[in-house]
Amino acid sequence: MTKPQPLPLFPHRHLLGIKGLSPIDIELLLDRADDAVAISRQSEKKTTSLRGRTQINLFYEASTRTQASFELAGKRLGADVMNMSVASSSVKKGETLIDTAMTLNAMRPDILIIRHASAGAAALLAQKVDCAVVNAGDGAHEHPTQALLDALTIRRALGRIGGLTVAICGDVLHSRVARSNIILLNALGARVRVVAPSTLLPSGIRDMSVEVYNTMKEGLEGADVVMMLRLQRERMAGAFVPSVREYFRYWGLDAEKLKHAKEGALVMHPGPMNRGVEIASEIADGPQSVIQDQVEMGVAVRMAVMEALLDPRRTEAGDAA
Amino acid sequence: MSVTVFHNARIVDPSRNLDEIGTVITDGTAIIAAGSAALNQGAPEGATVIDCSGKAILPGLVDARVHIGEPGAEHRETIASASQAAAAGGVTSIIMMPDTDPVIDDVALVEFVLRTARDTAVVNVFPAAAITCGLEGKEMTEFGLLREAGAVAFTEGRKTIANSQTMRRALTYARDFGAVIDHVTQDPHLSATGVMNEGLFASWLGLSGIPREAELIPLERDLLLARLTRSNYHAATLSTAMSMQAIARAKADGAKVTAGASIASLSLNENDVGEYRTFFRLTPPLRAEEDRLAMVEALRDGTLDILVSSHDPQDVDTKRLPFADAEPGAIGLETLLSAALRLYHNGDVPLLRIVDALSSAPAKRFGLSAGTLAPGARADLILVDLEEPWVVHERDIRSRSKNTCFEGARLQGKVLQTLVAGRTVHQA
Repeated sequence: MTKPQPLPLFPHRHLLGIKGLSPIDIELLLDRADDAVAISRQSEKKTTSLRGRTQINLFYEASTRTQASFELAGKRLGADVMNMSVASSSVKKGETLIDTAMTLNAMRPDILIIRHASAGAAALLAQKVDCAVVNAGDGAHEHPTQALLDALTIRRALGRIGGLTVAICGDVLHSRVARSNIILLNALGARVRVVAPSTLLPSGIRDMSVEVYNTMKEGLEGADVVMMLRLQRERMAGAFVPSVREYFRYWGLDAEKLKHAKEGALVMHPGPMNRGVEIASEIADGPQSVIQDQVEMGVAVRMAVMEALLDPRRTEAGDAA
Repeated sequence: MSVTVFHNARIVDPSRNLDEIGTVITDGTAIIAAGSAALNQGAPEGATVIDCSGKAILPGLVDARVHIGEPGAEHRETIASASQAAAAGGVTSIIMMPDTDPVIDDVALVEFVLRTARDTAVVNVFPAAAITCGLEGKEMTEFGLLREAGAVAFTEGRKTIANSQTMRRALTYARDFGAVIDHVTQDPHLSATGVMNEGLFASWLGLSGIPREAELIPLERDLLLARLTRSNYHAATLSTAMSMQAIARAKADGAKVTAGASIASLSLNENDVGEYRTFFRLTPPLRAEEDRLAMVEALRDGTLDILVSSHDPQDVDTKRLPFADAEPGAIGLETLLSAALRLYHNGDVPLLRIVDALSSAPAKRFGLSAGTLAPGARADLILVDLEEPWVVHERDIRSRSKNTCFEGARLQGKVLQTLVAGRTVHQA
């Protein structure tokens, strides 16, 4: 038996998006996440790889699941985790993102997790602080850990990503999840489709390395994975689509529409779901749904990302400052 | 009377279609002669003679779109600090936008600006007044009284009048006073959440786009109304190929319309936004390269009449934010000429046309006694080394705000000396 090789060093200081990651970088994070899944399934879930490290979760947008997932990931790695709740912070008093960042930076955290309603907020923060920054969603730009956890879920369920056909359905226009997934899935060699009413597709979508469909029947035809997106409540009534019932009729995932996909196709959703809007309950809770697996993989992927960014070999090499 | 002779200069005077080596003679406040034949009588007795070999003399520039923070936001810019920046950039006359706090929509405010400029500014400051009270797009301001007080144009500043009836009445009423309506066209609904040019680049960045049609739709409306009312209309800051076609059609129809653009729209494109660089968040947004090229061509053929800096000082508190949360706008007084000279050095546009768009054309459009080296004119002129390379550094910026699109840019052509009414207000 050969001695296990140490994992290669992750070559980036921050995780601001999937853009900029090579397929090797992505596979490395997924491999690390596979190990983290095993840890999370033990009764003793605590490790020491981030012992003594400080993690700050800075969430400008309300998010129960992503924040909880990052918090749990940090704790399982042994880090000290602090949550900055926007409602009770100086953000409400008009302090800018940069001023908040500088203040937090002075507390010498090792890693900052940020979610913000504005595209580019994570990159802006990364310019101003000395520690690693993880983008937990910035406006309609990127949500890299979501794309990674989706990829991990697919890889574990179907054994591969290359060559699969993945249909991303719904509000692509406003979705950071869609952008990160389009980049990641293309990088790993999947065929990516988007399916949505044209009012929910961004300008230039045809040049974004995807096939564009406006009907679920055509878009889902032969798909291996059906990835549903959340439709924000304020976009349902009149502004982008006329009504919930019309949206569900044409773009909501129900048993009838799912029949067009490959038999046994995976059904995914980043959550939180609007049951009866973009997805029928029978499908969300049905045998093809891997939505709960996605939540489990989320913790594992976030453990993998933080471990990779705070790799002790990096500190020894002197490039962590 | 102290006579100064600028000898052996390349004299570029678009008001007389003149680009030749010659001499400029001033009597201390006015120009006595300028051209190749100016020295035929020999230098006057006791004159100061300055050899300008290898340098150019241009009329002082006229910047028809300058936002200043006084009154209301003096931490960004005062009339005095803007005038220092202007002098350094070779701009001897500025038309100041009325979107201050309070808005310049009343005779007293026009008088305040003129008084403050007289006491603190080193260049000529011409106030533009609001078209509607408080820039609310509803009730017209007192065009007659404001003009008498010294307002040289009527504009809503950064805003577009949404109501077509209001626009029609303003154009009609302005005609009786010979006033120019100077208007930015950006449909407020179509551009509502937009922060940059609509397209693939914005989509990848997750930023909401402003389609070209947001500029064209109100522009076409205004051009139709300008034809209907036979009024003087100036489209202030256009940015697209489609807009240039619309202007060309209106001019061919004989409408009394002119077009302006910010130099940024001819120097930069949407790719300069890069990774959310907020100094490149502008209104109108930086467009695609095809649009930039069309704008350059329009400048060359005269469809685009006037170039402006759209000088818009913004502070750290309004720019050091995520892209969509930042205010649009960039300063530009100090880089206006050098950025425009890129088009000359590239061979895209002749020097005479560039200088025209920066001086004679705006002076003529807004009825200012400026933008010319004709004998008898006020001695507002600049001495320029057209070739000298320089790099824009934040530390050298005179403006109180530092939000330039040209930080670190290599430019060619530098203002060596700026004279306003014969007085040197800047010397490099």
